[in-house]
Amino acid sequence: MLSRPLLRFVRDDRQIHFMRGRHAGLIVSALLSIASIALFFMPGLNLGLDFRGGVIVETHSQAIETPAHMRQILEAAHIDAASVQSFGSPHDVRIAINLPRGGEDERITQKLVDHVRTVITQAEPDIQIERADAVGGSVSAELFRNGILALVFSLGMILVYIWFRFEREFALSAVITLILDLTKTIGFLVVTRFEFDLVMVAALLTILGYSTNDKVVVYDRVRENLRKYRKMPLRELLDLSINETLNRTLGTSMTVFLAALPLALFGGSTLTGFASVMLFGIVVGTSSSIFIAAPLLLLMGQKRLRRGA
Amino acid sequence: MMYYSRIRMLGVVGICLISALLCLPNFFNAPTSSLPWRQVHLGLDLRGGSYLLLKLDTQTLQHDRLQSLEGEARQALLSAHLGYSNIQRNDKNGTIEITPRANSERADERAALEKLTPAIPGELAFSEENGRIIISLTQESVRARAKEAVTRSIEIVRRRIDSTGAIDPSIAREGEDRIVLELPGISDPQRIKALLGTTARMTFHLVSADPTHAGPGSTMLPLAEGNGGQLAVQDHIDVDGANLADAAATMSEGRWVVSLKFDNKGADDFARITTENVGKPFAIVLDGRIITSPVINGPITAGQGIITGNFSARSASDLALLLRAGALPAPLTVVEQRSIGPSLGIASIHAGVVSLAVGFGLVVLFMLFFYARFGLYADIALFANLVMILAILSLFEATLTLPGMAGILLTLGMAVDANILINERIREEVSAGRKPLQALQSGFERATNTIVDSNATAFLAHVMLFVFGTGAVRNFALTITIGIVTTLFTTLVLSRMLIVRWYAHTRPQKLPV
Repeated sequence: MLSRPLLRFVRDDRQIHFMRGRHAGLIVSALLSIASIALFFMPGLNLGLDFRGGVIVETHSQAIETPAHMRQILEAAHIDAASVQSFGSPHDVRIAINLPRGGEDERITQKLVDHVRTVITQAEPDIQIERADAVGGSVSAELFRNGILALVFSLGMILVYIWFRFEREFALSAVITLILDLTKTIGFLVVTRFEFDLVMVAALLTILGYSTNDKVVVYDRVRENLRKYRKMPLRELLDLSINETLNRTLGTSMTVFLAALPLALFGGSTLTGFASVMLFGIVVGTSSSIFIAAPLLLLMGQKRLRRGA
Repeated sequence: MMYYSRIRMLGVVGICLISALLCLPNFFNAPTSSLPWRQVHLGLDLRGGSYLLLKLDTQTLQHDRLQSLEGEARQALLSAHLGYSNIQRNDKNGTIEITPRANSERADERAALEKLTPAIPGELAFSEENGRIIISLTQESVRARAKEAVTRSIEIVRRRIDSTGAIDPSIAREGEDRIVLELPGISDPQRIKALLGTTARMTFHLVSADPTHAGPGSTMLPLAEGNGGQLAVQDHIDVDGANLADAAATMSEGRWVVSLKFDNKGADDFARITTENVGKPFAIVLDGRIITSPVINGPITAGQGIITGNFSARSASDLALLLRAGALPAPLTVVEQRSIGPSLGIASIHAGVVSLAVGFGLVVLFMLFFYARFGLYADIALFANLVMILAILSLFEATLTLPGMAGILLTLGMAVDANILINERIREEVSAGRKPLQALQSGFERATNTIVDSNATAFLAHVMLFVFGTGAVRNFALTITIGIVTTLFTTLVLSRMLIVRWYAHTRPQKLPV
């Protein structure tokens, strides 16, 4: 078993003509991204507590607790919950309350979370409050701003780094591909209705980092081959580079995928959304390295990187 | 490249062993207390507990300062025998505007005002506009005051929290005007929030001669007990709660009361007003509300007193606690609360550990099946990587949250990328007809650049996340950033050394790629 690998993704001598599918790849990608941007504006992201502000209370009870019953308890105390849902199991209920309108919202939000706790424990002494979060308006606005800043700065630094290490065509096509990846992931978030919170920003950034890594490896090979095969047309050269790195691309995607999979399966409510987005991002990031980043490089670099292709 | 000196090898093995040693405190209790027993701290999401973000009301701070400055300005003009037609306080701009009675007196008035003592060097700036003299608080002084107030508040918050018996609380400044409070084990922070929501500024005033109307120098204040009743009390503070030496909840005539003990200055002040005002009522004011307004029966010179009110055992002891800890320089507002119950914490630990074990196992199996012997070495390096991440976290006694655990797992998934790159490269070199030794050598060399490039971008992205993130997300960025550094070591140094040693021992004709 140790003397020879038992499994391989692709035979080493297999040459797949990826560049033939470049138009299809770009068009599909562009359409998906446009659809995602449309989804981003309508219906929009399902903002989580971090960015929306308000109150989340999660309860657990030994007996089965229906959301309808919980809603009755809250309504009797004149608490207007935005949503009351079971989650995970019929013993667990999650209550979400929107940020109160008007001034003084910080104080009201904090009073509200204590009030909800008191009301529930008085009505049902056996219920355990497993989570009680309250985020005021100023904090959520700041968290949102910081989340966006983290994304923008990361993209910017990746652009600068690739620009510094490669030529301009590489940097531009990498960042365009990353933006396309990012928009699709946001579209995925809108469709799945996973809550968009700080943890999701972390997922997006990890996808960005991972996806960049993937592109860097392919580009690295392209650059090497540009020096090695002085006469080869760019299109062939890109195909060759992708094929040479294909086993690595698929291998690394697989290991990251395998690492993220248990998080999606066993990670609990905090991590399920995070890990699902990661899994989606890995698939998108891997395919975009092949079908988007390389064709973009062909489009942009035709003139400058190699003449007569 | 293909040779590891004995010293270098010992160094690598040594680093791995030290890392393993550093991990031990997480699994065993310290055999003796003298050993440095550094452990990873579990985050509140794993331990259960509450996170509170408090914001200091800097506006009140500025308001208070302007108010006293206004009084000082009046006093300064009065003692210089200069008149004014108007003094106006502008809390929004942080200014006091003085309109002199006559234009001819303006220069003299400004000179008198410029002699006001600043509370902080460089606090006051003077200017003139439309015949008015404007005193403004400088931006630097406003910031310095806020900073100092946060420092003082942290001290008072710590005293208040400590006397509730909370275990292991952590209190830290965040940004300019905020305080982060972490309370492990306290999943219902209602009492703490109530304690921190009280400024606990206590002052003693005389009640005005006409208690039903506010005149000059007096203000109507609400009664703490009773239905919206109000009393006019004099603005002048006769005794300040800052001069309390001690406070305790005690029983007196079958009721809960708070007994007070003044320090020397407080005792003197108290003796004076009680001697001069026998038969008159005075008011004990807490945070702008009158808790009680007894009539002074006779001089109290012992420096002790009691506050009666409608107290329960809990409220009396809480008030005593607040008075002992001292008043906050300005009100604190809770702007964010996150509380996790203990069983959710345990469930999260379980989720994290199971995910980590399954993910680790899957990656290990993948590497074995796809990369044979070199995959095995990658797996050994992967295990060392996990140990090193844990070692670094323990060394810095860092916190580990559930997203942090996810970060470790993803790091491990990404870490083998370097091994895959090296292996694929070696394989290519072999199929290009190189001898095993050359194939290994150029495989390592050529893959190294790519590995550094690809890790650098991930590193940058997560440093950004660490800078802009908060709480659990920051922890995720931290574990990934640490993981990238350890990955470079375990793949470029450790797993390469394993391969080199294997090659040196067996001198194979064919590489297992």
